[in-house]
This record gives sequence, structure tokens and C-alpha cells, in this order.
Amino acid sequence: MTTFTNFRFEVDADGIALATWDMPDRSMNVITPEVMEELSQIVEKVAGDAAIKGCVITSGKETFSGGADLNMLQGLGAQYAKLAKEKGEEEAMSFFFEESRKLSLLYRRLETCGKPFAAAVNGVCLGGAFELALSCHFRVLSDADSTRVGLPEIKVGLFPGAGGTQRVARLMQTGDALQMLFKGEQLRSLMARNMGLAHAVAPRNEIVAIAKEWIKGGGSAEAAWDNKNFKLPSNKVYSAAGMQIWPAANAIYRRETQGNYPAAYAILEAVYQGLQLPMDQALKVESRWFAKILRSKEAAAMIRTLFVSMQELNKGARRPKDAPPTNLKKIGVVGAGFMGASVAYVTANAGLDVVLIDRDVEAAEKGKAHSHKLMTDQIMKGRAKTADRDALLARIKASADYNDLSDCDLVIEAVFEDPKVKAEVIAKVEAAIRPDCIFASNTSTLPISGLAQSSKRPDEFIGIHFFSPVEKMMLVEVILGKKTGDKALAAALDYVRLIKKTPIVVNDSRGFFANRCVLAYILEGHLMLTEGVPPAMIENAGKQAGMPVGPLSLNDEVGVDLGLKILKATKAQLGEAAIIPQQEALLTRLVEQEGRLGRKNRKGFYDYPESGPKHLWPSLMDLQPKHLDAETIDMQELKARLLVTQALEAARTVEEGVITDPREADVGSILGFGFAPFTGGALSYIDFMGAKVFVELCKSLQAKHGDRFAPPKILIDMAASGGTFYGRAEARKAA
Amino acid sequence: MVDAFIYDAVRTPRGRGKPDGSLHEVPTVDLAVTTLDAIRERNHLDPKLVEDVVLGNVDPVGEAGGDIARAAVLKAGFGKEVPGVQINRFCASGLDAVALAASQVMAGMKDLAIGGGVESMSRVGMGASGGAWPVDPGIAIASYFLPQGISADLIATKYGFSRDDVDAYAVESQKRAAKAWDEGRFKKSIVPVKDINGLTLLARDEHMRPSTDMQSLGQLKASFTQMGEMGGFDAVATYAHPDVEAVNHVHHAGNSSGIVDGASAVLVGSKEGGAKAGLKPRARLKAFASLGSDLALMLTGPVEVSQLVLKKAGMTTKDIDLFEINEAFSAVVLRYLQALELDPAKVNVNGGAIAMGHPLGATGGMLLGTALDELERTGKRTALITLCVAAGMGTAAIIERV
Repeated sequence: MTTFTNFRFEVDADGIALATWDMPDRSMNVITPEVMEELSQIVEKVAGDAAIKGCVITSGKETFSGGADLNMLQGLGAQYAKLAKEKGEEEAMSFFFEESRKLSLLYRRLETCGKPFAAAVNGVCLGGAFELALSCHFRVLSDADSTRVGLPEIKVGLFPGAGGTQRVARLMQTGDALQMLFKGEQLRSLMARNMGLAHAVAPRNEIVAIAKEWIKGGGSAEAAWDNKNFKLPSNKVYSAAGMQIWPAANAIYRRETQGNYPAAYAILEAVYQGLQLPMDQALKVESRWFAKILRSKEAAAMIRTLFVSMQELNKGARRPKDAPPTNLKKIGVVGAGFMGASVAYVTANAGLDVVLIDRDVEAAEKGKAHSHKLMTDQIMKGRAKTADRDALLARIKASADYNDLSDCDLVIEAVFEDPKVKAEVIAKVEAAIRPDCIFASNTSTLPISGLAQSSKRPDEFIGIHFFSPVEKMMLVEVILGKKTGDKALAAALDYVRLIKKTPIVVNDSRGFFANRCVLAYILEGHLMLTEGVPPAMIENAGKQAGMPVGPLSLNDEVGVDLGLKILKATKAQLGEAAIIPQQEALLTRLVEQEGRLGRKNRKGFYDYPESGPKHLWPSLMDLQPKHLDAETIDMQELKARLLVTQALEAARTVEEGVITDPREADVGSILGFGFAPFTGGALSYIDFMGAKVFVELCKSLQAKHGDRFAPPKILIDMAASGGTFYGRAEARKAA
Repeated sequence: MVDAFIYDAVRTPRGRGKPDGSLHEVPTVDLAVTTLDAIRERNHLDPKLVEDVVLGNVDPVGEAGGDIARAAVLKAGFGKEVPGVQINRFCASGLDAVALAASQVMAGMKDLAIGGGVESMSRVGMGASGGAWPVDPGIAIASYFLPQGISADLIATKYGFSRDDVDAYAVESQKRAAKAWDEGRFKKSIVPVKDINGLTLLARDEHMRPSTDMQSLGQLKASFTQMGEMGGFDAVATYAHPDVEAVNHVHHAGNSSGIVDGASAVLVGSKEGGAKAGLKPRARLKAFASLGSDLALMLTGPVEVSQLVLKKAGMTTKDIDLFEINEAFSAVVLRYLQALELDPAKVNVNGGAIAMGHPLGATGGMLLGTALDELERTGKRTALITLCVAAGMGTAAIIERV
């Protein structure tokens, strides 16, 4: 019997082969060049051996496979660059095109080899692995809770390039297929079957037998689309149905991407072109787009930040290596207000015990009720059971007695942002807790080192800064005070990992990292308003630049009055020169004269009517000293200003040593405030543009709009040396 | 350059573009034949003198496909010697067909030709010919494809026309059209459509609703709200025009051009060509032009193309006695009035497509005839005819009585 390294291959008495994918020394199967080579041999073996009727592919692991090795794909890019230098663009491109479609051709060979193939899938089966299943003639999924299939490539700036776009678009109505490819969702078994992506769902221990039965029963080795009678699910592209589908699909692409995501565009093109061609040519067109997208800077940026870096940070890249493992079981949360209540919820939701403290039991219970409400919402949506709610609530003890913190491993305070109040709480908590318990402050505005002065044990004092709404926001800033020790850092990172959020470690500074960038974004929106840019144009510029909401809208969410408060504090502490008077005038007028505080009082830059959507306050125009003609405004410049000002702030945090690892700025900027994800984050935005180009852009903006665009020294040096933030970090690590 | 003169202009009445419309039973080719027959009979014309027949048609598929102009020439019995060609510049096709016929005359290559158009919207259906523009992502996305109603709503939003404004204009169009019909102002050009036994199928535009008022229009729901939101088109509109916060949907069937069936034909020729046929010119085609304009607004081309054609003619708006702008949607006309600062009393004096309908490829020829009739009726000299065009274009022509 033929033997393979990554597969077990056996043929049963009925002549049905079973290829069990089970890579040695790996917890999960992944598509590598070796796997592709062996799979190819398996296909040829099955095709060429008359005694073999067909083949079932399954996994020997707990789960099927997460797909292709992204490093393999990135490696191709490096080979391309090398070849281009040595042998020229055309030869390099031709190599790259052939290499990048090898998987697609392998799957097509499997599909057309003349013998029926069936996939028996348990657990996660995503990306290139699901494309393998799609190229099989029959798919049976296990009904296990953990089974998920899907094509999530779009989330890292890629798209399914091994036949995924073509097979999905031939299995489902075009509109549904495009939606599935755009969203990159992971689907449960029944959903996948109902959508037409699988043939059967069965208990895990029966899937291989069912797949074999299908082959034994004469399962066809011809894919539906290779039959001359095949009809596309939504008829031809150029048909009455197509005229309904495509114009809207094109418009929705614009709405959902603002034209910033080439991979999404490639999906549209591949499906549109492919549906008008026979399968082999359709796959070739898909490959052409795949080769183009694989070389895009958006894919490179998104893979690095949203896949590689995020995974590394989640695994504790910044955890001090020498710190012993922590065993966090019980967490204290002091202050049961909005933030504290939410922190209690996410903590209890992670299976940890929580002591929720407030000045009286009633206030603490009110905070606990927040968890009740959130769990009830989950129950209503069918995502949780009553028992889950009961169990979660049982883990939260609402109390007014600080002594209940005595057996906590970590205490997080989320009380009012006032140094005096905080100092009192620190003293009370420290009097109650064990000596090895870590104290964390969830402050967003007060420097940690300052607060730590009230602590008797500043080395065990740290900042854990959550973002609102805590349930949804995936980022947590862990803030190191001057004296914070490794033990506290390890505990904070371990805690963040337990609650399944992504941590970035930030050195103490006013506004830490995320809020500094956010304030710069909002400031730029304010200044555009005072320049006379139509308000809608400011907001649309933000969205078109890739931000989730415009700067004025964002200011309404955090509170216009908060903006003014921060501005006043900055002025008081750093002087007149630290603020821009037009912004102060604008905010003073809005808050103090017009009483417009933001969404909280339904009046901010927007009006928030009782019914109907919010809309820009019409009188905003009256606050503008002049009005620019929209047709004369350079939209590209508005967009650039809104991103550049944030990226500059991020660069300054690196220069000041607030951020020490570019991965953290990038991941933090996307998770924390939605910085244009296609750029890979605030520092990658600069790196991919090139420091030289970025500095020139800054200088031209500085000349037109003021010194806030002056590039800091770190960037000027980088521009001169041709360096990058990532290159700099690598060099420092090596040093 | 040779002068191109207009010797005659005819049109069918416009039938409601639905299965219950009076012209629904009439094949596309027969609508065109009706106007060709009329040109021949009214002018006692030897059809062999016609050196080309250029017809506009926007959905040239099925019975309207494969060069409908040649089919119409043959069916009208003009003789095998007379060629025909079908062209398509969407809604301006009819006027462009006249311009193309005239161009050949002006170039000295032809002495007599017919330009016009035909569209049976009830039989072929709007959009039946498909096309890459809305469908192919490579074109649709880059060109901000929008359904026209949403472009019209975007124009209204951007230039500040409220629902009341667009409705009021529609009421005025209905009033003017009804008055024009009542006073027989169209009778010079209208050719009734008849059946094989000579029974009249339609002799009067049947899309009009003269009783329309603000109250009745006020009850209609805007047509493009859901399409704009669900179909993603509102987002495309505000992407292309980021000074607009949200599209205000104001257009509906009552303030948009009606879907109708019909045909038009205009006889043009050189001085010699007319003399040879024993005809007296009614007007000179002084200038014509087409251009591309903003893609998302799509329907504002008439503003720029009017400026262009005036420049080509060495004229200003003050030199024009009458303006005919196709009433694709109310906002198209209102923006035109606003941008060129025109006196509404000089524009679409006999109503327009909101009242009488817009048989896509045929309309350009119809508007030219309507303007010419009105110049003659009132003893005025110059008229500017213009139409907005899908995919962001505009076509215009200036005629001058001789």
C-alpha cells in the first residue's frame, strides 16, 4: 500500500479508498506544498487504479483544517520579487501566476479525474480546506457543535482562489453566493447544507460511512457544472434575473467597502466573468485575480496585522518570559457603574468568579443586573440558555464589603475618574487584598504612574483600559506605570487572554495610545468644519478613508462636552499653544451656548430624532465662518488628512516610547478605533506608503494646514534611511 | 459646409406603454412605418430620393433588433435602394439620429435623409437589451452606476428641490400639455396610428392626466426609496457626491416621464435636395452637440451640452426663444432652469414627457417637431432642444426658422 507522510491511505474491501489527513507534529492540518504533492499523488492513485472505485477524504484530527498556510502564500510573493529583479517582470509574473494557481489546478484535477471523491468533514473546515471539500463530488458534515465551514479569506484581504468563487457561485443563487464570499462567515453544518454547500449532515462517527455509502451507491464523478445540461442557479449573467442582481451587487460592494478592498472587488469580477465561462476557463480567470490580489499591499498588510500579529499578541507575545504562570480564579471589580458592570460581565462570561463592589449593595446589584440583561438578550437571540444565565449570575457576587476582595487574584477598579476618589479606593482595596493580588485601574484619562503614587505596592499596580462597549470591543490597553513589575504585567495579560480579548502593552502617557489617535481624528473633523467644508463631506471623507464612522459622529458618541473638557484640561496643563483656538471656539459654542452634548442628550453635531435616523444638525452651517464650494474641495486631501493625523499620532507614540512594538499599534488601531483596516493599521499605513512619501505628504499638509502635520524626527530619519517601523523593531530586537 | 434644413417632422401619438395601451398590439416596425409613410405622403415625396434613414432605438433586441431602420424602410415600401441604420445614445437617440442624418447632408455626402426614432416600451421592455454598463463590475463600479430615478433624486437633493417643488413642476407639465392638446397645437405633427383596415388605434397622447394636482401627487410614495437603501445605490450616490448627507427620494410615477410607445421622423436635406423634391424648408438645423457629464448625477448633461451648442452656434440663452428639455424627471428640468437661469415661461411651453410620456429612442425627434410647430405657431425664430442621457451624457440641437 502506498504510504504518505501527511495522509493515511487505505482501501477497503469494497474498493473505496479513505484518505485520512493527519499531519505529524501539528495540532491542526494545514495546506502546505508537501500536502499538495501528496494529495496530488492520492488523486492519481485513485484515478489510475482500476480496483479503486472512489475516495473519501477526512481528517484524523479533532478538526478538519483551517486552510492554506498563509506563510506559503507570502513566500510566493517574496519569490516573485526576487525573480522580477533577476529575470524581469513578465517572467516573474508568469511564474507567480502558475505557482499561485497550483492548488486550484489540483482541485480541478480531483474533480475531473473520473473517480468520485467525497469529503467527510468534522470540526473547522475553512478557506483552502473548504475549497477542497467543494471540489469533491459529495460533502457530508458532522453535526458536532464545533463544525464550521466557510471561506473567510476576505477577512485578511484575500479571496478564495482555489475554485471557491466559482463553485459557490454554481451551487447558490448569485446574490447569496456573493454575500457569502463578501462576509467570509463561518457556517454551521445545517446552515451550510440548507444553503446548498453540503449534501448531508450526520453524527460525527457516521460521516465516513455515509461518504463511502454514497460512492458505493454509484455517486457520480462528474460535477454538476461539467454536465452539458447544467443551468446556473440564477440563470445567465445577461438575463432578466442578472439585471436585477448585478447592479445592486456592484452598488453594495461600494457601500460595504468604499472601494478600499481590492479582494472584494476581485470576488465580483471573478464571479461575473466566471459565470459566463466554462469551468476550466472560469477557474483560470479566478486565478488571474488571485495572482493580482495576492500581490496587493492590502493583502500583505491585512495578513500581517489581522492574522499574524493578532495571533501573536493573543498568544502573549508581550508576556514577560520569566514570569511564572498565574492562576486567576477570582477577580474583583470595584465600581459597578457602566464600565464596571460590563467588566464584571465579560469576566464572569469567561468562567471567572467576580466580586462586584460598590458603595452599597443596591448599587452593586444594579451593576450585576447589567449581566442579567445582557444574558437575557442572548437568550432571546437563541445564543444562550437560561441555565447559562443562571450560572453566569451565580459567579458574580454583588457586595459593598471590601473584605470580600480578600481572596481575589486581581482587582480592577472602575470608579469615577477623579484622582481623589481613586486614591481612596486604592487604599481601601489594598487594605483588604492578599499580598500577591494585582491591582489594576481601568482609567482612560489619568496617568497610571500618578495613580500608583497612592499605592503602597506600585510594582503590583497596572492599568487595564477597556473600551466601550466592553462586550463588543476586542481591544484592551494594558498600561505600565513607571514602577509596574513583570508579575503585574503577566497577570494582566493572562487575564485579557482569559476573557478572549486582544491586549496591547502601552507605556504610561496622557491618553495612552488609542485615545490620542482618536482625539487627533476628531480634531481634524472639527477643523474642517471651521474651514467651511460641508459637514456631510467631512463625515463621508472619514467613511471613504476607511473609518467606521465620521469624526463628527464619533465625537457625538464619546460626548462633545468630554471633548471640551479634555481640551480645557490640556490648555490648563500645557498652555495655550497646546490647543487650537478654532476648536475651542467651536466646542465652547456647541456645549456652552447650544447645549449640544452629543448622543447622550440627542443633540450634538447630529440631531437624534425619537423616530428615524440621526441627521446632521442643519444649523451647523451657521457655525461655519465661511462655506466652501463642495465642487472645489479635494476629497482625496480630506481623506488623507483624516488618516495622516492619526498615523502621525501613532508615530509620535513610538517616538515617545509609549508604543514599543509596531504590531501593537497596528492591531490596537484597528481593534480600538477601527483605523482603516485595509491599511493594516496606523503604522503599516506609513510603512506601506513608505516613510519618504509619507513625510512629503505630511509636509505638504503642514504647509496648508498647520504644524500639527509636522513629521516627527523618527519619521524624518526613517525617510532618510528608507526604514520602516517593522524594520526598526526587528533591528532593535536583534540588537 | 452645406446647410441642413428641416423639411418636415412627424410623430405618432404616444400610447400607454403597458399591455392595455392602445399601441401595444402594434409591432415596433409598424410604429416606424407609420411615420415614414406620413413623411412620404404629406410631402408627395419620391422615397428613392431619401438617401438614408437613421432611427434611434434604445432597446434594439427582439422585434426591435437587427437594424430596425432597414426593416421599416422596406416595410414602408421606400424601395430596396434606401438604406437604414439604427443608432443608440439612450434617451437622446432620436435627436442624435436627426443630427447624424443632418451631418451627412452638411458633409455634402447626402441631399435628403430622415432621422427619427422608435420605441415600443410595452412590447420590448425598458432595459431588455441589457448591457455592460450596469452589470459588469469593471464598468458599473467605476462609473457610479445608479438607476436613473436615484440620480434624479440625487439632483433634487444636491440642488435643493423639495418634494413639493418636483410635484408642482409635474402639475404644470400636465396643465400645459392638456392646454396644448385642447388648442390643437400638436395637430401639425401628429400622425394617427391605424390598423390594417384603416381604423384609428390612437390619435392622441393617452398617458396624460390633466386632473393631476398637488393633492393627488402627494398621495404617491417615492419610487426609489427602497431600491436606494436595499440596493446600495444611495451609498453610491453619496460616495460620488460626498457633500450630500443622504439622498432625499422625491420622484415617483407622477413626476417622472411616462413609459409609452411611439415613433418620430424628421426629414432633413440640403437646399438642393429639398428643391429637387419640390419642398420648402421650415427651419435650419443651426448646431448640435453631445457630451459626457457627471456620472452619478447622470441627467445634468443638458446644462453643459446647451452651453456647448450655444457656443458652437455663437449664441447665448438670450438668443433662444423656446427651450425643449426632455422631462425625464422633474428635477432634471428644475436643475436646468436653475443652472441656466431661464424663464420658465420659455421652457417646455406645451408640457413634456411627464404628461405625455417618453418613448426613449423616439423622443428626440418628437421634441424637435414640437419646438418647430410652436415657433411657427407663435412666429418666433429659435429653439434649443436637449435631452439628458443615461450613463451621464447630454445631447442638444438649435433650430432656426427660415
